[in-house]
Amino acid sequence: MLDSLISHDPKVLNEKKPDEIIATGVVESLKNFLRKCIIAVLSYGPMPKHIAFIMDGNRRYAKSRSIKQGTGHSVGFSALMASLIYCYEMGVKYITVYAFSIDNFKRDPSEVQTLMELMEEKINELLENKNVINKVNCKINFWGNLDMLPEPVRLAAHKLMASTAENTGLVFSVCMPYNSTSEIANAVTELCKERRGTMQGQQHAGGCNGRAANGGARSDISVADLDRHMYTAGCPDPDIVIRTSGETRLSNFLLWQTTFSHLQSPDPLWPEFSWRHLVWAILQYQRAYPYIEQNKALVKKQL
Amino acid sequence: MSLPSMIIKLTLGFLWCIIHLAISLLSLCSLLIFNLECCLISSGLLWKYWNLQLAKLKYLAIVVDSREAKNTVKINQLLCWLKTLGVKYVCLYDIDGVLKKLFEPGMDGSRDNKPGDYLDVSANTKALGCCQRQMTIECISGSDGKEGIAKAANLLCSTFLNGDSYTQENVKSEENIKSEPVFTETDMANALKSIGCAGPEPDLLLVYGPARCHLGFPTWRLRYTEIMHMGPLKSMKYGALVKAFHNFSKKYQNYGK
Repeated sequence: MLDSLISHDPKVLNEKKPDEIIATGVVESLKNFLRKCIIAVLSYGPMPKHIAFIMDGNRRYAKSRSIKQGTGHSVGFSALMASLIYCYEMGVKYITVYAFSIDNFKRDPSEVQTLMELMEEKINELLENKNVINKVNCKINFWGNLDMLPEPVRLAAHKLMASTAENTGLVFSVCMPYNSTSEIANAVTELCKERRGTMQGQQHAGGCNGRAANGGARSDISVADLDRHMYTAGCPDPDIVIRTSGETRLSNFLLWQTTFSHLQSPDPLWPEFSWRHLVWAILQYQRAYPYIEQNKALVKKQL
Repeated sequence: MSLPSMIIKLTLGFLWCIIHLAISLLSLCSLLIFNLECCLISSGLLWKYWNLQLAKLKYLAIVVDSREAKNTVKINQLLCWLKTLGVKYVCLYDIDGVLKKLFEPGMDGSRDNKPGDYLDVSANTKALGCCQRQMTIECISGSDGKEGIAKAANLLCSTFLNGDSYTQENVKSEENIKSEPVFTETDMANALKSIGCAGPEPDLLLVYGPARCHLGFPTWRLRYTEIMHMGPLKSMKYGALVKAFHNFSKKYQNYGK
């Protein structure tokens, strides 16, 4: 199934002899068996429940291989689907990806257009061919300021969210167009609307004496109140945040949710990110796990 | 648990330990090589680190694990090194506020007996002056992070809701325009400034601790900051600082473009 997701170089797809097909099948079976063994060993230690990816490096990949930027993004999408399956096999329940930042609208309009068309195409592909979604019983979320998207993309995103809302397996969240400070401002707005609604309800219930209703104790906004209104409400904080291409910044991604996340910056470009990089990421997380859990426990104790 | 499954579990556990032991050995080798490199950098033998370009580094932040932050000797040594390297502004952060308490006596406006050593600048900052090089130090903690945002949110909401209540009480019903609250990132930034939780966005953040985690560093100041892991504070090296600054000087950001 992975082969159907990953783009094939047309030059490689030649007609194969039966012996070659059998050999390939045996090799693939061995690879799958080896992968399962490694996952079994890895799973002896603590496994992350939520991994977040900043998929950096598609354009650099395209440049290094002298292909079009749009093709770089397409290959990046294939790498994303592959990573989704690998994470599912490893028991990771939540995957979040930074697909498009609000800052990315500053890019060349033709590139933005290409990206929007690619997103629409891939979302529609997922709607039509639900093999991947059904395999992992995937619930798909789109987090961000969806009103900023072109209408076809926005409608497709809403349709995909609605069609997978009842799924109970892997939770795949796509942040687009997103940034963390915008998410927080949105949470404050929603919280204010909620409080206003409560106040107005109290005023109606209290009769005409608006002053008495308003004078009632209105508790200060707490961190937990804001947590409830984040896009990520109901989702655990990421255990690992991986930004590919060796870049060390978070670029306004999940800053609220990553207090105790293990931040990693592997060197491969996003289209090059593969299973072995994911295994390495989890091994690094397992080494940092005791420290991270200790810190979480200390903070909980203080609260 | 049956015997075969117990054997499988033990075998998996054994293999897992072997893998992590191998990784630890690799890390140890890599650490030894790194320490050697730091020694060479400190002694000036590696020419590529001779001329550090710190023009891009206007604001530096340091995140320290709160347990390690109690090591005042190491903290002061780190600050001296930063001063020597020409850093102008340092923001020290630890989640529990240990560093804030450490620097608190110097923050309130009183001058030190040795003039030119410690000068108060603002509520959270002080200027450390030594050897003709001035460096501003700011200390923040977890209460300036998420809790600061909650306070800013409270300010925005209560201002809006109080204005809303006034409108409903004092404006005639046909003139009462129900406006929906819409808060932008700029509104939040201004609110954070009003409550004293704003500050410059660091260009570089160095994490001293066992793992690379930002431990709740204030969101509005972390958006485009390069985050580098320096290892535990107790084994910090001057050469590692120089290398981190050198690597930072090579970074290029396009801010989403």
